[in-house]
Amino acid sequence: MALRHHFKTKPFGVSVRNTSVIGWLLASPLSLVLLVFLVAPITMIVVVSFWGATEWSIYPAFQFDNYAFLLTSDVTYRVFLNTLKYAAITWVCTLLIGFTVAYYLAFHIRSLTWQIALFLLCTIPFLTSNIIRMISWIPFLGRNGIANSTLISMGVIDEPLEWLLFSDFSVVLAFVHLYTLFMVVPIFNTMMRIDKSLIEAAADAGATGWQTLWHVIVPLTKPGIMIGTIFVVALVMGDFITVRFMSGSQSANMGRLIQNDIALLQYPSASATAVILLITVLLLIGTLLRFVDIRKEL
Amino acid sequence: MRQKLDLELVSLTKRYGGTIAVDAISYHFYAGTYACLLGPSGCGKSSTLRMIAGHETVSDGAVTLGGRDISQLPPAKRGTAMMFQNYALFPHLTVRDNVAFSLRMQGVDPATRHARAGEMLELVDMTSLADRLPAQLSGGQQQRAALARALITKPDVLLLDEPLSALDPFLRIRMRAELKKLQRELGITFVHVTHGQDEALALADEIVVMNDARIEQAGRTRAVFEAPKTAFVARFLGSHNVVSIPEGLVAVRSDALEITSVDGAKLPGTITNIEYQGTHVALTAAVPGAQEVTALLSDKDFFGNPRELGEAIGLDWEAEAAHALAG
Repeated sequence: MALRHHFKTKPFGVSVRNTSVIGWLLASPLSLVLLVFLVAPITMIVVVSFWGATEWSIYPAFQFDNYAFLLTSDVTYRVFLNTLKYAAITWVCTLLIGFTVAYYLAFHIRSLTWQIALFLLCTIPFLTSNIIRMISWIPFLGRNGIANSTLISMGVIDEPLEWLLFSDFSVVLAFVHLYTLFMVVPIFNTMMRIDKSLIEAAADAGATGWQTLWHVIVPLTKPGIMIGTIFVVALVMGDFITVRFMSGSQSANMGRLIQNDIALLQYPSASATAVILLITVLLLIGTLLRFVDIRKEL
Repeated sequence: MRQKLDLELVSLTKRYGGTIAVDAISYHFYAGTYACLLGPSGCGKSSTLRMIAGHETVSDGAVTLGGRDISQLPPAKRGTAMMFQNYALFPHLTVRDNVAFSLRMQGVDPATRHARAGEMLELVDMTSLADRLPAQLSGGQQQRAALARALITKPDVLLLDEPLSALDPFLRIRMRAELKKLQRELGITFVHVTHGQDEALALADEIVVMNDARIEQAGRTRAVFEAPKTAFVARFLGSHNVVSIPEGLVAVRSDALEITSVDGAKLPGTITNIEYQGTHVALTAAVPGAQEVTALLSDKDFFGNPRELGEAIGLDWEAEAAHALAG
């Protein structure tokens, strides 16, 4: 009651009606940005996904042809599974590397200065563009690339390894290279908030290093792992350029499907694929969020 | 008599680079003693406790428990358990799982470890809150949970790092009574680090006053309070006046001072402050040598013969009330 009374008073001569107007005004810039750059484009995509198309034209309509074609095509499912496969393998690799790096930074580097320095070192690759970092793998992994020639000169192999480049291996390698930092940052952030005395308390209770890791650090790092997972999964699921370059256009994922449609000016079909992808990613993230509460991290 | 489970510090030293945090201290804690390590912050008391617990490496010297050198053992193998300053309860585990944590680490099956945790929670009167998470507990309840967790391993020595500092004053007094009661019931050694002299006096059988990485004075609580050996100890324990008189530096308890007329008194003084404290009145007087002394008078004594600010008085005490101080 006291609180309500407080709001009814007019400390600055502002009426209740005015304060609510000010509230709306304060919220409007963000709402406007979201409306123009998020809600509107997605609405447009959803609308267009129901349109019709011929070889030379697209026309407004409300039909389910695009979805029917997409969901009955064998190609869609293969590509979809491939997309999930990339996401899953990349997730496992980035999680293992990201967790290890974050753990090392958070628990083994004692001084804050060194933590910041090494953390910045991790971000240095981000000073160059995605595509350059990706393409720089090509001379390294190619048939006559550095990796193969080194292995041959060391006598490990007799013939160049074919699967190093333009393969699932190179695609996942590039993904891991590109996106591990998105795992390191949130995990490191969560780990830094773990009270160091908890580690001592675990040692006091007789926990070994691995037991402390598994029973104390991992459970307390879950929110960070979850945020990193959302980043990595969303980025990999939506990617098309990495798959195109690193697989030498030999593999496809959902992004590639959309890109092909756009290249052929088949916007309705591209929109339908995008809507399916969006729904999948949202469902995936929704499921993940049911398991871990990340509110404390935000 | 040396008992089986006595805890002994043998010229225990801790160095951090060039600085010495604990300087070759030696002390013998008899089994079943409630001991307080008392001192200002940075005196080395926490480092000492952490070395006993095994959370800090020993630079030199040794810690022995029951004649066994434990200085190089991991914390859980020492027969000690530690209660941390902020309790360090695992935030993702319920109170029961927190208490049962060390049993879980030993691979004890869930039924047994939950039963044991239940016994411990009963001991600290927390049975009804066993399924709560630490964040859902008050400070006092968290402390009890932390106590139960520390005691479940049946330690011979419980180490407490400023256990009451996170509580509000009212709760602090209640919890310290409970700590004392628990220690009496269990009969194990408690080593309690604190910077509060009232806490130390209320709890400890023995106090170890530390200053500047060394033990300044140690012994039975009352013996130390009654006869401080140095000016630091007298000042830190409070209720003492440290005054320089022609015979040298002495400590006189403020309640041992008597207010008399100026003639024939040991010290002449001028009243600078009169503070009413309910049962007592604290009377501060300026005495020669730019010093101040405080006399604590019972309210009856003071109001039987009230004094005024600025009044010239004499301060007197019985010869045995003054303790000569070193330094």
